[in-house]
Amino acid sequence: MKSQKKNIDRRSFLRTSALAGGGMIIGFNLFNACKPKVKPAIDISKLNFNDFNGFIKIADNGMVTIFAPNPEIGQGVKTSMPMLIAEELDVSWDNVHVVQGGLDMDVFQRQVAGGSQSIRHGWEPLRQTGATAKQMLVNAAAAKWGVDAKECSVENGVISNKKGEKLGYGEVVLDAAKLEVPKDVKLKNPKDFKIIGQDVQNVDVDEIITGKSLFGIDFKREGMLYASVMRPPAFGQKLVSFDDAEAKSKEGVVDVFQFGDKIAVLATSTWIAMQAKKNLKATWKEDTTLESTEDHDKILFDLLAGNTFETLRKDGDINKAFKEADSVLERTYESPFLPHNCLEPMNFFADVTDKKVELVGPIQTPAGTANRIAKELERDIKDVSLEMTRMGGGFGRRLYGDFAIEAALISNIAKKPIQVLFSREDDMADGIYKPAIKYNISAAIKDSKVTGYHLKEAAINSNMYGLISNFFPAGAIENYQVDIANYKSNITTGAWRAPYTNFLAFAEQSFFDELAETMDVDKIQLRLDLLQNVKGTTDERIEYSPERLEAVINEAVEKSNWGKVDKNTYQGFAAYYCHNTHVAEVADVVMEAGVPVVKKVTCVLDCGIVVNPLGARNQVEGGVLDGIGHAMYGNLEFKQGVPQSTNFHNYRLVRMKETPKVEVHFIKNEIAPTGLGEPALPPASAAVANAIKAATGIRITKQPFINASEKIFG
Amino acid sequence: MAKFKLQVNNKSYDIEVSEDTPILWVLRDHLNLLGTKYGCGIGQCGACTIHLNGEPVRSCSLPISSVVDNSITTIEGISEAGDHPVQLAWKEIDVPQCGYCQAGQIMTATAFLEKNPKPNSDEIRDAMHSNICRCASYNRIEKAVAKAATANS
Ligand code: FES
Ligand code: FES
Repeated sequence: MKSQKKNIDRRSFLRTSALAGGGMIIGFNLFNACKPKVKPAIDISKLNFNDFNGFIKIADNGMVTIFAPNPEIGQGVKTSMPMLIAEELDVSWDNVHVVQGGLDMDVFQRQVAGGSQSIRHGWEPLRQTGATAKQMLVNAAAAKWGVDAKECSVENGVISNKKGEKLGYGEVVLDAAKLEVPKDVKLKNPKDFKIIGQDVQNVDVDEIITGKSLFGIDFKREGMLYASVMRPPAFGQKLVSFDDAEAKSKEGVVDVFQFGDKIAVLATSTWIAMQAKKNLKATWKEDTTLESTEDHDKILFDLLAGNTFETLRKDGDINKAFKEADSVLERTYESPFLPHNCLEPMNFFADVTDKKVELVGPIQTPAGTANRIAKELERDIKDVSLEMTRMGGGFGRRLYGDFAIEAALISNIAKKPIQVLFSREDDMADGIYKPAIKYNISAAIKDSKVTGYHLKEAAINSNMYGLISNFFPAGAIENYQVDIANYKSNITTGAWRAPYTNFLAFAEQSFFDELAETMDVDKIQLRLDLLQNVKGTTDERIEYSPERLEAVINEAVEKSNWGKVDKNTYQGFAAYYCHNTHVAEVADVVMEAGVPVVKKVTCVLDCGIVVNPLGARNQVEGGVLDGIGHAMYGNLEFKQGVPQSTNFHNYRLVRMKETPKVEVHFIKNEIAPTGLGEPALPPASAAVANAIKAATGIRITKQPFINASEKIFG
Repeated sequence: MAKFKLQVNNKSYDIEVSEDTPILWVLRDHLNLLGTKYGCGIGQCGACTIHLNGEPVRSCSLPISSVVDNSITTIEGISEAGDHPVQLAWKEIDVPQCGYCQAGQIMTATAFLEKNPKPNSDEIRDAMHSNICRCASYNRIEKAVAKAATANS
């Protein structure tokens, strides 16, 4: 297991200053590598966001405002990250107000909401920040009293000394701001946490339930025009010509123009822009091959059967293991393209003038996107500002800045402030999809042991990356090999919630059930036995812990009443490690009118310390249901380059009545927290498929399940 | 373009738009009432749900010409201080994830509870089935509707 490097130079990541209007401001940079060129700021309105990526303001009435550095897409980091600061600062959460911070270009570290890593990366530095601020306040109080700071204690923003005298933070902020930033502060023992580990509601909940404008789509600017964009209807097409006479004749249409292979319609309202786009007559021509799902199926099967693989991990000799095996099990698993379908469609605001490039909208990668736009427009990055809004879902789609670049290009031509909004149809047809992937897995069995394991991945555009090939069962089987191959398509693909593992977990955890059946051993015991082989490993690439995986498995067995449910309930099991989190899930299925229905999912996770259990349960529940919903119904097919689903009438998302209950349990420990937005998703589909097998006798190897077999869903 | 008089949240508005303009875009682009959301534009997701004379309707599929002389309520109008029992329940249960669908969910739920003040769980699931939550906050939505209903007892 690897440990994260920890050497935080607080001097370079924290500065304080008195505020003109009273109170104190603390600017901090999330990570140690930040450049130590920061000058103290004097007034919050003059604070330069190039210097810091987060701020704490302590007012002279003791109220604390935390400017959260990370964008919010629904994973709750805007709530949980400030909780870390408030914990060490020792203030009452009721006195804390959280505001979304702006973009920091220069000292940018990881202002990316993706990969479930925000909490993991912020855990240490954010607590250090809070603790440092607290120490300064205590030092200021101690100086005032003429006592040793060590003799002072703090509770809920009130400092006390041995004589029983008390000073609120608000009373010492001005003095504290003048003090040196202390070098060595002590972090709390997790046992003493008061805020971390408590259920804290989403900090934006009041705004959300009253319909306040928070999202990118809600951003308005005086004189702003609404842009609707016509893009090539098929992947592989180019624009030849277009006739905009009818569109331009519509009242409210301000301009129509081509940019690249796209046509922008600018109008005085969203509706007019969307309607006028339908009046455009464009001619397209084939530029590269127009691909269909049938072609992809054949191509991926050919890749699996071929020999163009790259090997990602190779232990022992699988050929020998398969030659000497008593028996071999081989299965192929298939998954389609998936669109993200964030409920808030892609959109962005841009105002490009001679002086500046102003961008506002929902984006997970503000720095990278701002840089790309600077390049596209040949502008100095100093002219570019990008403000993040709340995001109506991300799921990976908003890592890509295509929509922001479109907005910038259009505003640059129109020389007006504009907002690009994708219609739902645009959003589905112009996606950056989860690629279609197929896995072929074989296992060699000898003397009732798994002696060889061979996983082959055939994917569109790109393959599994990073350490994924070293996830379980890597390290557990002597002869083990992971091979990958891909086909470069003109259909755009990218990250989709829990990239690769979202389907890999389905394939492998379905396979283990089949393997146990073939070997005639207990399904869970097979996994536990294999885990024993990983204990004590010195393999640096293995980052999962066999002990922690074993613990979540055992806990899931107990919490789900595994094997002890009534005879009409059929259970399926899956366990997985990804995004630094160990998870085990059990799905309970019953037959209703001859059709298997998922009633409940029990989910046990080890994600280290749970910062905000309320938010964490919400994340896990969402992840499990997303995994099940997409496995059941998610499917985007192509014909001649054209996506065959266009809107929610022909693309099915999971809805209320298809939603099982989700029971979430966290393993209690004092290990640094890991991600939660993603890891609950991958095992869910396998747990359900395994339960459906138990209920119907039919093994599903292809997503979406709903199309898998007429015998199951009619 | 044509002139219309609209009653929204007990306020009256004069606007000039083409008569096929859906109420959704009138609210958002002309009246600056941005709580009502666009999700699909074809009546499938419920993000745009508003009340028309107390009935839940999909504002994306309702042209302005069909609603004159009716009273419209949006998320901004269901309570003065965000303290409608449904809103309070939403807050207590911490329903929202990304939050984008929630105005529509709340509008569907408030209209439903008017009709059926003490629903059982099947009735709640039935009533809320037509609203999509991409973040899948469904179980909490169900809980919050049930919770809000207890205010009716
Ligand atoms: S936007 Fe009206 S139902 Fe989806
Ligand atoms: S909370 Fe994100 S769509 Fe419902």
